[in-house]
Amino acid sequence: MEISEVTKNTKLLIDGAPFAVEDVNFVKPGKGRAIYRLKLRNLFDSTNKELTYHSGEKVEEVSIASHDMQYLYEEGGQFTFMDTETFEQHSLSKEQIGTRAAFLKEGFVVAALSMHGKIIDINLPKFVELAVVESAMTTKTDTVTAQQKMVVLETGATVGVPPFVKEGDIIKVDTRTGTYVERTGKK
Amino acid sequence: MTRAESLRLIQIKTNLERRAFILDAIRAFFRNEGFLEVETPLLVPTVAPEQYITPFAVNGWFLSTSPEMHMKRLLAAGYGNIFQICQCFRKGERGKLHNPEFTMLEWYRRNAEYMQIIQDTERLVLSIATNLHLGSTIHYQGRAIDLVPPWPSTTVRQAFLDHARWDPTSNPDPERFDIDLVDKVMPNFAPNRPTVLLDYPAANASMARLKSTDPLVAERAEVFIGGLEIANAYSELIDATELEQRFQSEIERLEQEGSQHILMPRRFLKAVANLPPCGGNALGVDRLVMLFCDANSIDNVMAFPRDMA
Repeated sequence: MEISEVTKNTKLLIDGAPFAVEDVNFVKPGKGRAIYRLKLRNLFDSTNKELTYHSGEKVEEVSIASHDMQYLYEEGGQFTFMDTETFEQHSLSKEQIGTRAAFLKEGFVVAALSMHGKIIDINLPKFVELAVVESAMTTKTDTVTAQQKMVVLETGATVGVPPFVKEGDIIKVDTRTGTYVERTGKK
Repeated sequence: MTRAESLRLIQIKTNLERRAFILDAIRAFFRNEGFLEVETPLLVPTVAPEQYITPFAVNGWFLSTSPEMHMKRLLAAGYGNIFQICQCFRKGERGKLHNPEFTMLEWYRRNAEYMQIIQDTERLVLSIATNLHLGSTIHYQGRAIDLVPPWPSTTVRQAFLDHARWDPTSNPDPERFDIDLVDKVMPNFAPNRPTVLLDYPAANASMARLKSTDPLVAERAEVFIGGLEIANAYSELIDATELEQRFQSEIERLEQEGSQHILMPRRFLKAVANLPPCGGNALGVDRLVMLFCDANSIDNVMAFPRDMA
């Protein structure tokens, strides 16, 4: 694929190893060549690296199989999932799950990605519904978001919400951006 | 509309109000200077061939990547000083400082060269700050920036010798130029003042004329404020033969890559025969608004950036 088509979450094969794109930083001086700085996470060992590409360069997308797995529990830094068809269980490390742990609740069904029969990553559902467990006062730390307050969800995630959201409410969150979408249930 | 979408639009409302105010201030500035506001087509039969600017193709036509060629056709027909605020479209340009559809302010002053255009830019930016009651110092991303003219300037040659330790004017290396500009040169600009970078290598001349006293460089200047590249000024090249040669080599480069097929802009080249000596500037309005709104992303100064359009 063209480097210009790479977005966050694209999976690339680089020197034989699969990488997830964590961030794309696009820089282009006037009349100049576009520069793409990719933040990459190695899906085998969770190490990070940064690589720089230029417009016109090509990269190889990894072909990865995907199937549904249910998240069971976390213990000692290992997150255990169960294949919803074969009932086989697989674990991923805390490092592999990373910040997504904040939106992972027991019972959620995720898309597990495998390469050569080995589970290497998961994709969260685009939207999840989670209960608000703690609601702070309205913050005024950021002028752009003055009409928001921060709340803590049952999974530990902190999300900016409109002032009317209260403890006990169920809210829908976009896991790709970590942002509030709407309130789906009231206390 | 989702709640998140309306929440976002409400959050950036003060920025969009300030944006409208800045557009008014720009128009007032140019009217006051005796410039005529013009409009040129966004849907065009061809664009200026440029290796690193990719147009959107629409049914055999293109969305305009810049109003430059049409504005110069007006100048060639005898129009005086002109300005325009319009949308430009550039495929694949998306990041914190880029949206594929963006707003350009472009102006041309007759019998002027690039340094006078830089002076226009200094006065314009200062007049916007004054209109916003900000005085001559603005605050961007935690730093105070003093806008009082004249803005410090440095040549590309000097800036690269100081910070990248090579001279791109005598040893052109376009591959290395862009990355060293971003990684080594730009981070060394004084953070509390705008910076004017002058005299780009001839290989990066685009439509600027070469300096008669030093043909290794073009009379092209870029303005940087708060780490943002804001404007690109030229003493305009008015030699149609030289312009056609430059276009031809760009077209050949594009054909080699096999990426795009751009036709030679014949109507424009014909008009250039009557183009008077002039200087011009292309200024990114969205980035100027970012500066005055203390916004760190272009998304915070436009209602519907690409991913939310």
